[in-house]
Amino acid sequence: MSTPYAKLPAWADYVLIPLINLFVAFVVAGFVVILVGENPLRAAVILVEGAFGRGQGIAFTLFYATTFIFSGLSVAVAAHCGLFNIGGEGQGYIAGLGIGIVCLAFDSVLPWWLTFPIAIIAAAAMGALWALIPAYLQARRGSHIVITTIMFNFIAASVMVYALVGMLKPPGSMAPQTRTFLEGAQLPKLNWVIELFGAKIRSAPFNVSSLLALAMAFLVWVLIWRTRLGYEMRTYGHSPKAARYAGISEIRIIIIAMMISGALAGMMALNPTMGDQHNVALEFVSGAGFVGIAVALMGRLHPVGIVLAAILFGMLYQGGAELAFEMPAISRDMIVIIQGLVILFAGALEHMFRPYVQALFASLSPKSVGMEAVKGKGA
Amino acid sequence: MDFFNAIVQVLDSTIRLSVPLLLACLAGLYSERAGVFDIGLEGKMLVGAFAGAAAASVFHSAYIGLGMAILISVAFALIHGFASITHRGNQIVSGVAINFIAAGSTIMLGQAWFQQGGRTPALAAGERFEAIIWPGADALRGVPILGPIYSELISGHSVLVYLAFLAVPFTWWVLFRTRFGLRLRAVGENPAAVDTAGISVAWLRYRALICTGVLTGIAGAYLSMVQNGGFVKDMTAGKGYIALAALIFAKWKPVNAMFACLLFGFLDAASIRLQGTPLPLIGKVPVQFMQALPYVLTVILLAGFIGKAIPPRAGGVPYVKER
Repeated sequence: MSTPYAKLPAWADYVLIPLINLFVAFVVAGFVVILVGENPLRAAVILVEGAFGRGQGIAFTLFYATTFIFSGLSVAVAAHCGLFNIGGEGQGYIAGLGIGIVCLAFDSVLPWWLTFPIAIIAAAAMGALWALIPAYLQARRGSHIVITTIMFNFIAASVMVYALVGMLKPPGSMAPQTRTFLEGAQLPKLNWVIELFGAKIRSAPFNVSSLLALAMAFLVWVLIWRTRLGYEMRTYGHSPKAARYAGISEIRIIIIAMMISGALAGMMALNPTMGDQHNVALEFVSGAGFVGIAVALMGRLHPVGIVLAAILFGMLYQGGAELAFEMPAISRDMIVIIQGLVILFAGALEHMFRPYVQALFASLSPKSVGMEAVKGKGA
Repeated sequence: MDFFNAIVQVLDSTIRLSVPLLLACLAGLYSERAGVFDIGLEGKMLVGAFAGAAAASVFHSAYIGLGMAILISVAFALIHGFASITHRGNQIVSGVAINFIAAGSTIMLGQAWFQQGGRTPALAAGERFEAIIWPGADALRGVPILGPIYSELISGHSVLVYLAFLAVPFTWWVLFRTRFGLRLRAVGENPAAVDTAGISVAWLRYRALICTGVLTGIAGAYLSMVQNGGFVKDMTAGKGYIALAALIFAKWKPVNAMFACLLFGFLDAASIRLQGTPLPLIGKVPVQFMQALPYVLTVILLAGFIGKAIPPRAGGVPYVKER
């Protein structure tokens, strides 16, 4: 076991190994499908057709993907700084409070293109604030960020129930949710973009917050690889000791990284509330914050990878809904299993196949794993 | 007298509610003391609950159910071990993965096998653990003060409840009075020293995880076969995380763990009891506040405001032999 994780050609590291991991996760998921007595290949066909077969499906896939881009970026920013932010769920949920207040206040007076920026700021601020306390406790008092962010997920859930039932719910209504937002807080749909390609869409919630997600993906790339702050974050993530030696303030970098991460998680709430349901309801995040973990791991913490992984998970969510319809034995919870398997194989077991890939490369082309670090071809 | 009876009732439900927390908390104690973080307690309890209820209803035996719950839960613990010990993966990522796989597969298999929307069939009399009535419990019920305490609090629980509370001194004895326990604690503090002594770090950690699996299996069986008479989807509802909080609150000590779990159980019982009734001095307390209290308390503790919680030193770090 003394083989160090020696060099592989970059494409093997960033494309081949994640694909192998993904493949294995799907093979295991296939066994679960067999276990409930269905044909996994047919299930896969239904899934992909459901997600990409029609314009309607594509729009839904992209709608889900939007939320996952935000949550994936949130996990990735923290991870670059060596922090595991498992609290995206709570940060996104509590951001719903900010969005709710802004939308209820402004939807009758302002047009959407003025409400939207205010709501973005409110969502990001609430998310960042919810990440601030765990970040401060980690930086200042050494409390483990994983545990505190989990605790804050539960606290957020209680706060939101209290806020929705006690404050935001319209008087006289029984359902614990805000009233429906007026036009001034409803994001315009982007379905026409897909219709340009000749598809017909009856109704799908694909909306302008997707553009915000892409912009954020680009900004995260700039932040992490093109700014001094990003450099400091990566340094701290690689080696806190080296960062300390280089004079980087530990407290500052942890708090900033977590607040950015929390802000991104907060923005995730814009898509389902303003873009789709036009209200803030109980449990509207419904696990998207956790999907971000799988997305970030799958995307290797790189914005491009995250966007692709988010589309993959959007496909699973949309296709999974079709699958549950076509094969009654398979419920939508199949996605949760796949999500878990992806986290297991792309995250915890990411190095499992590496030695074999290395051995393969070494036998095919010794140069590719040698000290000269020959890039490219390999096999 | 009414007030006294109310207190006995709240304490009785405190015991019932804290048992799954206690079992899961002790489960976490074994693995974290051995240096393996385990946020997959939730998932292991869930598969335990499902496997227990499913096997009990198919084989019509509570004990086969319990055995199956333990078996499946241990299997999941071993997956965690395979990822985080053998392949030195991130322990937290692996735990998260296990929670997802558990949440998804229990609902899906439940739906596919029993067709009741993710539930298992309601368990009949012999398929669940019945309450054990202690001798004289009914006769003594009328005695003031002691009567209700004996017949409500001490008597009338299922075998798993007594097992959970017996597991506390047993865990203390194993950890602090046996060779295995000494090594287990050592491997969580300084695995290199254990390795130098010629003891396998990996095998020790695997054994600790098997203990974890056994206890989470029992915790799951309690949920589905004592508290509820059948499996309901997501029935752990965050109890695995509360157990984790209790473990930190207890500073990784078994007896403290029992008190922490009783405290969290009491908060739960009180919040159910007090729904809508105003308290003296404070006035009406929102239920959500009571529900959030265990988490808030844990955060305050973690912040070091109520003593300092120092985790096992090697916790979360995969052991690498070289260097």
